[in-house]
Amino acid sequence: MNKNHYRYVLRLGDNALILGQRMTEWCGHSPLLEEDIAMANCALDHVGRARLLLSYAAELEGEGRSEDDLAFVRSDREFENFLLCELPIGDYAFTMARQYLLDTYHYHLFTELVSSSDETLSAIAQKAIKETTYHMDRSRDWVLRLGDGSEESHERMQVALEGMWNYTEELFERDPVDVQMIAEAIGPDPEWLHSKWQADINATIKKATLSVPEKKWSLSGGRNGLHTEAMGHLLSEMQHLQRTYPGLSW
Amino acid sequence: MIFTDEQGQFDAIIEAEEKIEPRDWMPEKYRLNLVRQMSQHAHSEVVGQLPEGNWIGRAPTLRRKAILLSKVQDEAGHGLYLYSAAETLGVSREEMMNDLLIGKAKYASIFNYPTLTWADVGAIGWLVDGAAIVNQISLCRTSYGPYARAMVKICKEESFHMRQGYEIMQVLACGSAAQKAMAQDALNRWWWPTLMMFGPHDSESANSQQSMKWKIKRQSNDELRQKFVDQTVKQADHLGLAIPDQDLKWNEERGHYDFGPIDWEEFARVVKGGGLCNDARLEARRTANDEGQWVKDALMSYAEKHSKSDVDQVA
Ligand SMILES: [Fe+2]
Ligand SMILES: [Fe+2]
Repeated sequence: MNKNHYRYVLRLGDNALILGQRMTEWCGHSPLLEEDIAMANCALDHVGRARLLLSYAAELEGEGRSEDDLAFVRSDREFENFLLCELPIGDYAFTMARQYLLDTYHYHLFTELVSSSDETLSAIAQKAIKETTYHMDRSRDWVLRLGDGSEESHERMQVALEGMWNYTEELFERDPVDVQMIAEAIGPDPEWLHSKWQADINATIKKATLSVPEKKWSLSGGRNGLHTEAMGHLLSEMQHLQRTYPGLSW
Repeated sequence: MIFTDEQGQFDAIIEAEEKIEPRDWMPEKYRLNLVRQMSQHAHSEVVGQLPEGNWIGRAPTLRRKAILLSKVQDEAGHGLYLYSAAETLGVSREEMMNDLLIGKAKYASIFNYPTLTWADVGAIGWLVDGAAIVNQISLCRTSYGPYARAMVKICKEESFHMRQGYEIMQVLACGSAAQKAMAQDALNRWWWPTLMMFGPHDSESANSQQSMKWKIKRQSNDELRQKFVDQTVKQADHLGLAIPDQDLKWNEERGHYDFGPIDWEEFARVVKGGGLCNDARLEARRTANDEGQWVKDALMSYAEKHSKSDVDQVA
């Protein structure tokens, strides 16, 4: 097994799964009935993407594990998603700001992965890019409307961005996994993604009459299994049945 | 034939099994009856997201999570169609929603029962959506055009809802002893409340006689309930699960299953607010509404600002 290749795909799958799990929390509780529908729809795309990626990761690992083994019977130290994905949902401004930052990241990432030397990953990216384009249009629209909406929504959106800004540098870190993926033309250079991402985000923030937060710290660790306290709770909910009744079919 | 009087024309449309459309004259009581029934139906779809939503985060496999998510998403969509259909009667979604939040409008009482185990998700799909289908198929022939068309659209999605629920029960019923017990327990808890979904016996239901005359309702509560029992007994047998009713047995003469007495006191109590989840369900909807207010305000401000600046640009 190529361990780095496995971890690269696993990380993509974990990001989709953990963010998707967070998005489902809005089902039946969002500010508008239309949003219940739209949020469920986007969450569904994330769960679907997580299934494809985790199945493929399991295949690369070659130890007979399934997508569900990876999702439901790993501990939080074995999850390699970005910390940004696991943060609690907060208010609707926080939720949509996070979606926008990650949708934009995924948009540029999947655009590149379409031409990956890994054919499976390329096929997954081709499907994901269609959904992600829609997700990003939607979340950008929310950042604009809330940022340039009422005084209260402007304030909330600014607070949301400040609150998550320290977690954004993690999206563009480069470790030996990434270095090998770049060398094998499997994945893009995170630095390149960073410049693309930053330009889009800056433009939207400006258009939304908001200001780009100042980065004070870089908080990271997720990609090496070092998570926030929120992660254990997320997993204890998500993994509840598989942990209570190990090894059964559902 | 041309009718000079509006009532005569309305009666003729009903008589001819044609549809009343929003632009047609209709008796005020017919309109109010429909507003009540359609808004109640819409509220049920929206509140109906909550009991199953309670398990999306804990769905046991990613496949089940995806299926449940798309089912709950459908229910929100049904709510949306139904509110739009009801709005053709001259009442706004906000007014209808507000009646729900202040406790004036009702929603299906079944959603005031808690979902305690994963098998409850199966039981809801199988039984509750199964009962909804029986009712909604009948409503495809309702006399109000927009309602009938909404029902046709919704029925197409409901069969997937029932199938996924039945499939969950099937897997559990063939699973470990604990899973099988979980499935039986869910059937035990959901069976009677599902039978109550069809409403009081015909002899007790004054409302529904007028609805039948207007062809808003096409089959009586008892007819629909019987139809549901007849089709569900076979399914339970197939699953190897026991319906919790000692009086349930085939009646050769009637060509239907006989079943035991329904606990109408429990029904009345839950309708009036005394179910385990009445407070929680309403509270969840109120919180979504209250905490969503700043979002709705923001959308308004944004729209105002931007329509103004568009005008400025043109000028
Ligand atoms: Fe429905
Ligand atoms: Fe349904």
